[in-house]
Amino acid sequence: MYTKTILLKDTALFQEDRTKEFYTTLLNQLREAGLHDEVQVVRVADIGVYNRGIVLKVLPDNIFYADVKEEDIKNIINETIKAHKIVDNIHLKHEAKQIRIVLRNCGKINPESIEEYIACDGYAALKKVLTEYTPEKVIEEMKKAGLRGRGGAGYPTWMKWKFARGVVSDEKFVICNADEGDPGAYMDRSVLEGDPHSVIEGLIIAAFTIGAPKGYFYIRAEYPLAVERIQNAINQAYEHGLLGKNILGTSFNLDLEIRLGAGAFVCGEETALIASIEGKRGTPRPRPPYPSVKGLWGKPTVINNVETLANIPVIFVKGAEWFSRIGTQTSKGTKVFAVTGKVKNSGLVEVPMGITLREIVYDIGGGTISNKPVKAVQTGGPSGGVIPVECLDTPVDYENLQKLGSIMGSGGMIVMDEDDCMVDIAKFYLKFCVEESCGKCAPCRIGGTQMLAILERISEGKGKIEDLAYLKRIAFAMQKASLCGLGQTASNPVLSTIRYFEAEYKEHILDKKCASHKCASLATYNIIQEKCKKCGICQKNCPVNTIAGSKEEGFTIKQEKCVKCGRCFEVCKFKAILKG
Amino acid sequence: MAKAVKAKINGILLTVPVGTTILEAARNVQIKIPTLCKHPDLPPSASCGLCIVKVKGSNKMLRACCTPVEEGMDIITHDPEIVDIRRTVIELILSNHPNDCLKCGRNNDCELQKLVADFGIREESFAQFLKNLPKDTSTNTIVLEPQKCILCGRCVEVCQDIQDVWALSFLERGIETRISPAGDIQLADSPCVRCGQCSAHCPTGAIVEKDETNKVWDALQNHDKYCVVQIAPAVRVAIGEAFGFPVGANLTKKLYALLRRLGFKAVFDTNFAADLTIMEEASEFEERLLAGKRPLPLITSCCPSWVDYMEKFHTDMIDNFSSCKSPHEILGVLSKTYYAKKNNIDPNKIFMVSIMPCTAKKYEIGRSDDMFASGLQDVDVALTTRELARMIKQAGIDFNSLPDEESDSILGEYAGAGVIFGATGGVMEAALRTAYYFITGKELNKVEFESVRGLKGVKETEIEVAGKKIRIAIAHGLGNVEYVLKKVREARNNNQELPYHFIEVMACPGGCVGGGGQPYMVTDELRIKRAEGLYQDDRDKQIRCSHQNPYIKRIYEEFLEKPLSEKSEKLLHTTYKARPTYRK
Repeated sequence: MYTKTILLKDTALFQEDRTKEFYTTLLNQLREAGLHDEVQVVRVADIGVYNRGIVLKVLPDNIFYADVKEEDIKNIINETIKAHKIVDNIHLKHEAKQIRIVLRNCGKINPESIEEYIACDGYAALKKVLTEYTPEKVIEEMKKAGLRGRGGAGYPTWMKWKFARGVVSDEKFVICNADEGDPGAYMDRSVLEGDPHSVIEGLIIAAFTIGAPKGYFYIRAEYPLAVERIQNAINQAYEHGLLGKNILGTSFNLDLEIRLGAGAFVCGEETALIASIEGKRGTPRPRPPYPSVKGLWGKPTVINNVETLANIPVIFVKGAEWFSRIGTQTSKGTKVFAVTGKVKNSGLVEVPMGITLREIVYDIGGGTISNKPVKAVQTGGPSGGVIPVECLDTPVDYENLQKLGSIMGSGGMIVMDEDDCMVDIAKFYLKFCVEESCGKCAPCRIGGTQMLAILERISEGKGKIEDLAYLKRIAFAMQKASLCGLGQTASNPVLSTIRYFEAEYKEHILDKKCASHKCASLATYNIIQEKCKKCGICQKNCPVNTIAGSKEEGFTIKQEKCVKCGRCFEVCKFKAILKG
Repeated sequence: MAKAVKAKINGILLTVPVGTTILEAARNVQIKIPTLCKHPDLPPSASCGLCIVKVKGSNKMLRACCTPVEEGMDIITHDPEIVDIRRTVIELILSNHPNDCLKCGRNNDCELQKLVADFGIREESFAQFLKNLPKDTSTNTIVLEPQKCILCGRCVEVCQDIQDVWALSFLERGIETRISPAGDIQLADSPCVRCGQCSAHCPTGAIVEKDETNKVWDALQNHDKYCVVQIAPAVRVAIGEAFGFPVGANLTKKLYALLRRLGFKAVFDTNFAADLTIMEEASEFEERLLAGKRPLPLITSCCPSWVDYMEKFHTDMIDNFSSCKSPHEILGVLSKTYYAKKNNIDPNKIFMVSIMPCTAKKYEIGRSDDMFASGLQDVDVALTTRELARMIKQAGIDFNSLPDEESDSILGEYAGAGVIFGATGGVMEAALRTAYYFITGKELNKVEFESVRGLKGVKETEIEVAGKKIRIAIAHGLGNVEYVLKKVREARNNNQELPYHFIEVMACPGGCVGGGGQPYMVTDELRIKRAEGLYQDDRDKQIRCSHQNPYIKRIYEEFLEKPLSEKSEKLLHTTYKARPTYRK
C-alpha cells in the first residue's frame, strides 16, 4: 500500500523531457531505501509550475521542489519522505498562500482517466445534484456560494442560470467558453488539459439547472491537446452514463459537442461566440436581448467560462457555505492567475480572492528576476490596466481592480520592473486589440487605430502634448460607444498608464526620452571616449555613415543622421557606446 | 406581462408599447437621436455607436437603436457629454472616409454629410486613414466604392436577410474590414441580382447606381437621334420627393411636360406596355389554366431582379415563368417597330430611354438576344428615378411650377390596371381583372382586389372565377420567395394539388415603389404612400382594365394581331435559362 506519492514533471519543453533518467534514479534510490512499496512515483503532464526545471510534488504533504537535480534525491528521501521535513534549498514556497479548487486535480490525476477523476470525488456533485436537488435549489445554492464568472466581467453565475431557467422555450443550450485568448493567459488551457472532467461536470450541472438538452464546448483550435482531452472525456462520460439519455438513471438528457474556434479574440465575447457556433462571421451583436434570453439559434443559452465551470463540482461536494467562506465580501472563491513577466516564479497560481497583489508578486512569485523594484503589475490582459507599485497592497477582487482602472479579466498577470516602458506596454496591448477588433463598430475599429497611431507617434518622439488629450478623448468615446467589451475596454491599458505614469508619457513627448530604453527611436548613442579603443568597427558598421572620425583622431556619432538602429552598440566589443 | 411601459426621456413622461426601442420612443416625443446605421427597414446592427444615450442608474451608455424602453427608465438623449462622444465618433468616421463630397454620387443627399454639417465639424482632429480600395463597376448597374463605406452593415443586411441573395458580405477584420462579395470577387461574378436595395439603403456614396445621364444628354444633343422616353409607374409617385412634393404625389403629367422640355421628341408611358403585358400574360394564364399548355402555377416575370434570381437559384421554375417581357422592354420594341413605321422614322435613329425605379433595368436591357427583338437594342438606356431627378436639376427646370401636359398617343395611353404595376400585388390585380374577362367573358362588377394589396411579405388568397377557385400568392422582397416556392415544390414532389395557380413576385419590398433606384430613405410608411398614389391614379381612370384600353385594341388590330400571335410571341416574349450563381 502506497502512503506517499511523488509527482514528477520536467517543465522544459516536451521534447527535452529529462525526467526519464531522473525517474529511474529516483526509483532505484527509493528501492535502496526500502521505500518502493510505500512511495509511488508518477510522471505527470502538467504540474502548474513552469520554467523551473524538474519539479516534484510530494503528496499528501503537498510539498513542491523545483530545479531538482539528481543529487537532491538523497535529501528528499531522507528529509521529506522519512522525516516529513522540508529540504530548504529546493523548496518552492509559493504553494503556501494558494488554495487549489479549480486546479485541484491538475497534475494530480491522469486527465485521460475518468476512473481517477471519480476516485477524487469526481461526478459526486453531479450525482448529488441529480438525485437530491431541484434546479431551483441548485440556483439557490449557487447564489449562496456567490460564484462570479471567471471570464472577466464577474457576472454572478447563479443569475445567468436563473434568467435562462426562467425563459420558456422548446430548446435551450449551454456553452463552455474555452476561447481563451488573452496574451500570456493559459489557465483555461491547463484545466482543460489537466482536468477535463471537472469542466464537463460543471457544464452538465449548468445544463440540468436551466433544462438544456444540448451543450457545446467552444475551444480554440490552437489548443489541440485540450480538444483531444475534452473529446476523450466526453466519450468516457457517455460510456459511464454521465452524458446521453437518462443520465445516472434520471430523466435528464444531455449531449455535448465540441466546436472549434479559429482563434479570433473577439469570439470570446458571448454574442460573437454564438455567431461563430452558428457558422456566421464572429462579430458581436447588440445586447439586449442577452444570450440567457435569446442566444444560440435564438434560444436561451448559458455561456460559462472554463474556470467558472471547474469551480462548480467543488461547490456541491463541499457545500456553498464552505465555498463562500473563501474570498472577500463581493468576490468569493479563488482565482487562477497566470503570473508572468519579470517575476522569478512564473506560472499558474490559484489564490483566494482578497489576497494582495504584493503577496502574489513577492510571496508566491518571489519578486523580480532582476531584483530591481517592481514598477507595476498588469492584470486583465488587453482589457485590463496597469497597477502601479503603490497600489500593490490592494486586496484582489473584481471591484478593487476596477477601481484601480484595471479588471480581473481572465487572470493574466504580468509583473513589470523598471526596464519596462509604460508607453510601450500600452502600445503592445492596444495593438493586440486593434488587430483583434472585429471591425463592426466604428468607435472600436477606427478609435483603436487612431489611438495606436498616436502612441506610435509618441514612442517615435513625434508626439505633441495635445496627444494626451486626444488619447483620452478617443478612449472615452470608445469606452462609451463601442458595441462590445473588447472595444469598451481596449483603451484601459492606455488610460491606466496615463493615469499612473503621465510623467513618463510627458518625458517621451517633451524630452523625447524613454528612460527604460524600450522605445528604439528615442534612444541616443554616444561614444564614451575614455573607453573607446579607436578600433573603428562602429564606423564600419554604421548603415548611414553618421560616425565621423578616424582611428587616429577617435570617433564621434553625429546625431542628425543617426537612425537609432543600435548597430554600433551591438558591435562595440569594449562597451564604449552609451545608449541613452 | 404589461402591454405598455412608462418611462421618461429628457424629463418628458411617455408611455410606449413593450418592446419599443429608445430610438423609436424618442421620436414620439419629438426627439431625434442621430444614427448612421439604423434603418427603419432593418433590424439594428448597432455598429455606428452614435445613438448612445444615458439611462439613470447605469454607468454605461446604451444604444438607443436596440435597447427597448423598460418600465421606469429615466433616459437622457442629449447632454454635453453625449454630444461630445457623438462628435468624436463622427470625427473618427471621417478620418476613415475620403471626404470628397463634391464629387460624390451622394453629395447633398448623404446621411454622413448631413450629420457632419449638423454637428458643425470644422476641422479634422485625427490623422486620415484611407483604405486604398478599388471601385467595382462590374455589374454596369450599381457601383461599389468600398472606400466610402462606413460599415454600417445595412447593405449586407438587406442583401442577405431581406433579399436572401448573399452577394455582399464583410471581408477582413479590424480597420481592414470592408464590404465585398464573399471570396473577394467582382460583384458581377457574384450572385448579385442588381436589385439595388443595397444602394437604396446605403447612408453614404459607397453604393450608388451607375450614372448614365451623360449618355442621355449626348443623345439628346445629337441631331441624328430621335430620342423617345418612357416612364415606369412607380417613378411618377416618387420623384416628387426630390423636389419637396408630398410623398406619393402623382406627377405623371408634369413629367410628360418635363421630358419634352428636356428634348425628347416623344413621351410614352410604360403603363401602356403594362396593359399590353396584361393582355399577353392573362392570355397565357388562360391557356395554362384551361388548355393545360405548359405548367401551372404561372409566375410573373416583369421584375428583372426576380428573373435573374430565378435563373440563378430557382431554375426548376423556368417553365412556370411567364414568357412575357417586362413592360418597358415591350414599349422599347414597339417604339422601334410599330411607332417607327407608323411615323416614318428610321428605327436606327430612335433612342429609347426608360425612366425606371430600378437599377436592374440597366442590366435587363442587355439581358439576352430577346432584348434586341426589333433588330436593334430595344431600350438604349435605363435611368433610375434618382438619375432623372439630377437631370431635372441640371437642366435648370423649375419642376414644381411646370404645367401639365399629355403623353404621346398611342404608346402613352393607359388604363388603371397599367399604373398599379408599381405596387406589390398590382400586376396580379391587373391580370385578374383581364383574366376574369378572358375566362368568363364577363366584366367584373368590382375591379378592386383588396386582398392582394398591402405590405405583408407573402399574400395568399383565393378568387372564384367561373366557379373555379384560383389560388394566388404574391411575394415581394426576394427573401419571401422561398416560402412560396417551397410550397409549390412540395406539392409537385408529392403529386399533390398545387398550392397556387398564379404567383406574383417583385424583388424589392413593396414592389417597384420601393425599387432600388428610387429616392433614398424609403420606409414602409413611404412605400404605402407611394402605392396609394398609384391606386388613386387607378381610381381616377375611367378605363380600369387593360383589355378595355381602346389603344391596346388598336395596336392589336393595326400591328400585333392578337395576344400570343406569332408576332406578339416574337416581339413581346422571351426565354429563360439557368445561369451560374457564381461566375468563373
